[in-house]
Amino acid sequence: MATTNNTDSGKRKTAFSTLQTVLSAMASRPSGLVGLILVAFHIALAIVSPAIAPYDFRELSAQIILNEPSSEHWFGTDNLGRDIFTRTMLGGRQALLVTTISTILAIIWGGLLGVLFGLVGGRLDEFLMRLVDAFLCLPWILVLLLIVVTVGSGPVVLIPTLGFFYGIPVIRMARAATHDVVALDFVTAARARGETRSTIVRRELLPNVLDVLLVEGAMRWSWMLLAFSSLSFLGFGVTPPTPDWGLMISDARSFMSIAPWVALPPVIALSSLIIGINLSADALAKALGIDRAQKAPV
Amino acid sequence: MVKLIARRLALGVLTIVLVSGIIFVGVEVLPGDSCTAYLGRFAQGKRLENCRRDFGLERPALTRYSEWALGAVQGDFGVSMKRKTPISKTVGTRFRNTVILGVTASIIGVPLAILLGIIAALWRDHLPDLWVSTTAIFAMTIPEFVSSTILILIFSVWLRWLPGIVITQPDAPLFEFLSDIILPIIALALVMTAHILRMVRTSVINVMASDYVQMAQLKGVPYWQMVFKHVLPNALLPTINLVALTIAWLLGGTIVIEVVFNYPGLGRLMVQAISFRDLATVQAVALILSTLYVGLNLFADLLTLLANPRLRTMRT
Amino acid sequence: MRESLVQVNNLGIGFTSRAKVTLPILRNIDLAIGEGETIGLVGESGCGKSTLALAMMGYLKSGLRVLEGDSLFRGRNVFDMDKRALEDIRGGELALIPQNAGQSLTPTSRIGRQINESVKLHTRLAKEQRRERVIELLSQVRLPQPQELLNRYPHELSGGQQQRVAIAMALAGEPDVLLLDEPTTGLDVTTQAHILELLRDLATETGTAMVYVSHDLGAIARVSDRIAVMYAGEFVLEGPAHQVLKWPAHPYARGLLLSIPRLKEAVVPTSMPGLPPPPGGAGQGCAFADRCPMTEQLCRDKRPALEPTAMQELVCCHFHERVDQLPLPESPKRPDRSNLDELNNILRLENVAINYAKPSIVDQILNRQPDVTPTVDKIDLTICRGETIGLVGESGSGKSTILRAIAGLLPPQSGTITYDKAESLNTPVGERGKDLLRSVQLIFQNPDASLNPRHTVAELLAQPLKLYFGLGGDELRERSVTLLERVRLRADYLERLPSQLSGGEKQRVAVARAFAAEPELVLCDEVTSALDVSVQAAVLHLLTQLQVDHGTTYVFVSHDLAVVRALADRVAVLYQGRLCEMGPSENVYRSPSHPYTEVLLGAVLEPDPDAEPVLAAEDAVDLFPPAKGCPFYRRCPRHIGDICDNETPPWQPTGPGHAIRCHIPLGELLNMQYQSATTN
Repeated sequence: MATTNNTDSGKRKTAFSTLQTVLSAMASRPSGLVGLILVAFHIALAIVSPAIAPYDFRELSAQIILNEPSSEHWFGTDNLGRDIFTRTMLGGRQALLVTTISTILAIIWGGLLGVLFGLVGGRLDEFLMRLVDAFLCLPWILVLLLIVVTVGSGPVVLIPTLGFFYGIPVIRMARAATHDVVALDFVTAARARGETRSTIVRRELLPNVLDVLLVEGAMRWSWMLLAFSSLSFLGFGVTPPTPDWGLMISDARSFMSIAPWVALPPVIALSSLIIGINLSADALAKALGIDRAQKAPV
Repeated sequence: MVKLIARRLALGVLTIVLVSGIIFVGVEVLPGDSCTAYLGRFAQGKRLENCRRDFGLERPALTRYSEWALGAVQGDFGVSMKRKTPISKTVGTRFRNTVILGVTASIIGVPLAILLGIIAALWRDHLPDLWVSTTAIFAMTIPEFVSSTILILIFSVWLRWLPGIVITQPDAPLFEFLSDIILPIIALALVMTAHILRMVRTSVINVMASDYVQMAQLKGVPYWQMVFKHVLPNALLPTINLVALTIAWLLGGTIVIEVVFNYPGLGRLMVQAISFRDLATVQAVALILSTLYVGLNLFADLLTLLANPRLRTMRT
Repeated sequence: MRESLVQVNNLGIGFTSRAKVTLPILRNIDLAIGEGETIGLVGESGCGKSTLALAMMGYLKSGLRVLEGDSLFRGRNVFDMDKRALEDIRGGELALIPQNAGQSLTPTSRIGRQINESVKLHTRLAKEQRRERVIELLSQVRLPQPQELLNRYPHELSGGQQQRVAIAMALAGEPDVLLLDEPTTGLDVTTQAHILELLRDLATETGTAMVYVSHDLGAIARVSDRIAVMYAGEFVLEGPAHQVLKWPAHPYARGLLLSIPRLKEAVVPTSMPGLPPPPGGAGQGCAFADRCPMTEQLCRDKRPALEPTAMQELVCCHFHERVDQLPLPESPKRPDRSNLDELNNILRLENVAINYAKPSIVDQILNRQPDVTPTVDKIDLTICRGETIGLVGESGSGKSTILRAIAGLLPPQSGTITYDKAESLNTPVGERGKDLLRSVQLIFQNPDASLNPRHTVAELLAQPLKLYFGLGGDELRERSVTLLERVRLRADYLERLPSQLSGGEKQRVAVARAFAAEPELVLCDEVTSALDVSVQAAVLHLLTQLQVDHGTTYVFVSHDLAVVRALADRVAVLYQGRLCEMGPSENVYRSPSHPYTEVLLGAVLEPDPDAEPVLAAEDAVDLFPPAKGCPFYRRCPRHIGDICDNETPPWQPTGPGHAIRCHIPLGELLNMQYQSATTN
C-alpha cells in the first residue's frame, strides 16, 4: 500500500553492482570498515608472505635462542632459535587455507541439506532434525580430537572433518530460513503454476536464503579458525615445523615468565584476524538486513 | 501443559540415547579398536589377542554397546586401560571439579551479562554501549586459549598474584582449589558474558521498538516503569533459552581452558585420554559431557515453557 | 465559540532525507476540536493522517521533526511540554486507541494489570477502588464476564475483544479527547460494525471528543460530525460530515467517493489516474494537479489555500465552485451476461469437503481418515464459462480454502471437482497436466508476498511464458511487453524490482503474470483487500476489461460485499466452510436472505451519512464449524429451535438459480425480514 517512488530509474542490478553496494554499506560503518581492512590485510599477508619473509621459518640456531627483539630479529627468536617475525607472517597461511575451504564446504553441504529438509517437511524432517540435534550435543573439540588422533592430522583430514562437522549447525539454520521463505505467497504461486521442485528451489528459495547463508558463512569462518587454532594449540593440528599461531602460542607458554615476547605476536595476529572476520560478519548482516545476534552460537 | 513437559522430557531421553549410540558407533568406526590404539606399535600377535580377550573385544558390537550403556546408567563405565582403575572413580572427582568451574562462572557471568546487556541497549550508541559492546566483541572472538594466555601473562607472570598452572591433586578437598580456580573462572566467564550480553542487548533493542512499548509510552507510563514492567519481561524471555544454549556450547571451551591452566577437570582428563589412546575413558567422558549438554537444553526449554504466558495457557 | 480542546496551528512536520533535503510529511495543518465533537480524518496511505493524530499527543516517530507551527492541548503547546507534563496528559486527558490492539498490548502482562496501570497513573483511586473501576471499564465496553477477563493474557482474546480492551484502557483516564488510529482495521465486518456502534454510544454517554483516523469512508461516515479529507500531507476539504459525503467540494474527495463500490449498484467504480506525490514531490502548485480532471495552468503554478464556502466548509482548490458540474465519469462496461448457460460450465464442485487437519500417525497406519469435522463441507457449485462468481464470507468461512483446493494446493477430503466437464481437479498440482495447470491461475491478496523480491518484472513474467509456452529470447520479451501494456504499465517496468513499484503496480504485475498463461479460469483471492480504495477501483476496472477481452471466468473471493457486488454475476455466501446462500447477485443482495447474509448486509458501512447499519447478531466469533446442523445456529438471530442445531438445513429455491439453506420457510423469512427493515 505504500506510495513508493516510482520515479526511480530502476536499473537492473547485476551481481557485481550488488557486491559493490553491499561492500560500501559494510564499509560505511567504522566497525565494518575496520573489519574489512583487517581481513583484507591478513589475506594479502598470507598470499605474499613467503616471498617477503626475511628468514627461513625452519632455520634453527642454537646460539640465538629466546633473543629479545632486535634490529635483526624484529620480534625476537623462539626457543629453537627461529625468527618469530617470519613465523608470525607465515603462521596464518595453513589456518586460512584450511578454514576457507572447509567453510565453503560446510556452507554448501549444510545449506543444501537444510533447504532440502525445510522443503520435505513432515515426519522425515522431524526425525532427521532429532539426529542433527543429537550430533550437536557432542562437544566439537572432542570429535575433532578423536578423528585427528586416530586418522591423522594435516589439511587432507582437517578440511573434510571441519567441513562436515561445522556444516551441521548450518543445516539447522538453512532449514529455518527455508521455512520462513516457503511460507510466503510467491513460493505458493510457483507451486500453483506447476513449477518443478528443482525449479522452485533454484529460482525461488535459494536467492532468498542466500543472504542468510552468506552471513552464516562469515560467522562459520571465524568459528573454524577458532577450532583450528585450538586444535593446533593442543598439539593436534598442524605438524611442526609448519608455523601456526595456535602452536606458537602453545609453545610459548612454557617460557612466558622469562620470555613473554614470544607469545605476543601470534596472539595479536590471531586475535586481529578473528576480530576482523567477526566485525565484517556483523557489518554484512546489517547491510543485508538480517537480525543475527538472536541465535545461539551453535 | 503437563503433556508438553512429559513430551519434552521423553525427547531429552531419546536424544541422550541417540547420542550414546553416535559416540559408540563413532568410536567403532575409527580404524582399529581400544587395544590397537592403546598398544600402539605393540598391537600384534599374542599381546593383541590377550588384550582383546581381557577386555571382551571379540564380542559383537551390539552386546558391547548394551553392556556399556546399561553400565553407564548405573555409573559404571568400565575400567581404564591405562590406569587399570575403574573409570567412574577418576571421572567422579574430575566431574566435581569441572562442575564447580562451570557453575561459579555461570553464577558470576550470567547476571553480569544481563545487567551489561540491558545497560548497553538502553544507552544504545552512546558511551556506555560503545564501551560494553566493543569489549564484548573482543572477549567473545578471541579464542579461549588466547584469552587464558593473556590472563596468565598479566596476573601470573607480570603481577604474580595468582598461579598460572594448577598443581593441586584432582581429588583434593575443595578449599585447596580456591586460588587456583580464580583465573580459569575469569577466562570462562569472560566468553560466556560476552555472548549472553550481546543477545540480551539485541533482544532489548528489538522490544523497545515494538508496538506495545510505543503504546505504553503513549499511555503516559514513565520511562523506568516502562522498562521494568513492559520491556524487560518481554526481552529476557527469549534469552532464557539462548543463555542455556550458550552455557552448554561453552562446555567445549572449558576443555581448552582446563588444558591451559592444567586444571584437573573432565576436559583435561579427556585430552589426556585421547593422547594415551584410552578410548574407554574417552567414551565415558563424551557421554557425560553430552548428557550435561542435553540436560541444560532441556532445562532451558522447560524454563521457557513455564515463563512464557503464551505457552503456559496453550490448550493441548 | 467554545474553547477548543485541541488546536493545531499551521503545523508542518517532516524529515531530512539521506540527500540532506528536508521533505514534508504534513503541511499547513489547521484544526480545532471542541468538546464532544467527533472529527474524522480520512485519506489514503501516505497522506499523513496517523502522523497528525500522534502529533497531537506530542509524539513523533523517530526521524521526524516539527518544521513549523504547533499543536495546542488546552492552550499549551505539546511540543514544548516537558516529559512529565506529557506523561500526565497522555493516557489521561488525551488518550490513544491504537490500530492493532493485539500488538499494542504487552504480551507478558495480564489484561487487568494493564488497565489498572492506566487507572493508577491517571486517577487517585485506592487499590480496591481501582479494581472495581477496571471491572467497570470492561463492562462499559460491553465485554462479558469482566472478572474472569482480568486474569487473561492478550493473546487469549479475539481481535474484537482486544480492541475493546484497548478502548477500556483509553477510557481509564477519563479522557477529554480520544485519538483513534484506524481502530477497526483487520477486524471482521460484523465485529467492525459493533465496535463502531460502541464508540458512538460512548461518545454520547461520556461527551468525549474524538479524532477518528481512517482510510475507510464507511466507518468515518458512521461516527463523525465533521470530516477532514487529507491528500499528500494537507487538508483539501473540511466540513460537516453530511455535506462532505453528499456534495464533496474538492475533486479529490469527489474522486475518492466515486471510487468506492456501493451495495445497491452492480457497477465497477471509476478510478483516478496516477498516484499521490511522494513527500516533497508536490512542486509549487496544487498537489493534486496531475490527477485532477479540471486542472488549469493556475493549478500548476500556485498552491491553493483553504477557503471557506457557503456551506461551512473549507476547501483547498482554485476552482471548487466547478466541482459539482464535473460530469460523472463513465463506468466501464460490464460484459454481456445474457447468454450464460449452465450446461456450458467450466467448473463443477460436487459435495466437496476439505480438511486442514493432518492425519495422526495412528490414523496413517490404520489408513483411515481422521474423525474430525471438515473445515469445508458440502460445497456444490457450478460455474459457467465467462462468468464471475463471488465467494463471500468473513474469516473462517473457508473461501480461500476452496480456492486452494481448486488450484490443487490442497486435496479435497471427499467430493469431486470437475474442470470443463471432463478433467478431475481432485489431483494435486504435481499430478496435473501442463494444459490444465495453464488454464487455472491464482492471484493472491498481498502483492508484497506474491512477487519474489529478487526477481525483476521481466523474470516474473518470463516464468509462466517459459513454463507453458516454451518461449525464449526476443519472442519472450515481446510477449512480456504486450502483457504489461494490457495492464497499463510501460515497457520500462520490465527491468524493475518489486521494491521499486507501488502496491497497485505490484498487483497489476501479478495480474499480468496470471494472464500470461492465457488462462480460462482465474482464481482471485482477496486481490484488492490490501490496496487503497482508489487503487482498488483501478484494479477492478482492469479485471473487468480483461474479462471482456478474453472471456475469462473469475472466481472472486472477498470479505467486502460492495466489491463483490460490483464485479460478480452470481454470489455464494459462506459461513464456517458451508454454503448458506447462492444466486444471482442482485437477488442475494435483497430479501429474502439467509439470516447470515442478512447480518452481513446489515453490518456493511457505506460512506453514506444517512445509512445506518443493522446489528442483528451478537459480536461473537465462532472458531470452528459445528459437527451437525446449520453452521450458523450458535449466532443466528432467527434461531427457531432444536432443528437448527441438529439437522442440516435444506436448500430452498427462491427463484431461478437462487437458493437459501435454511429451516425457516421462505414466506416466513421474507415476512420477518420485511418487518425488520421497516421498523429500522
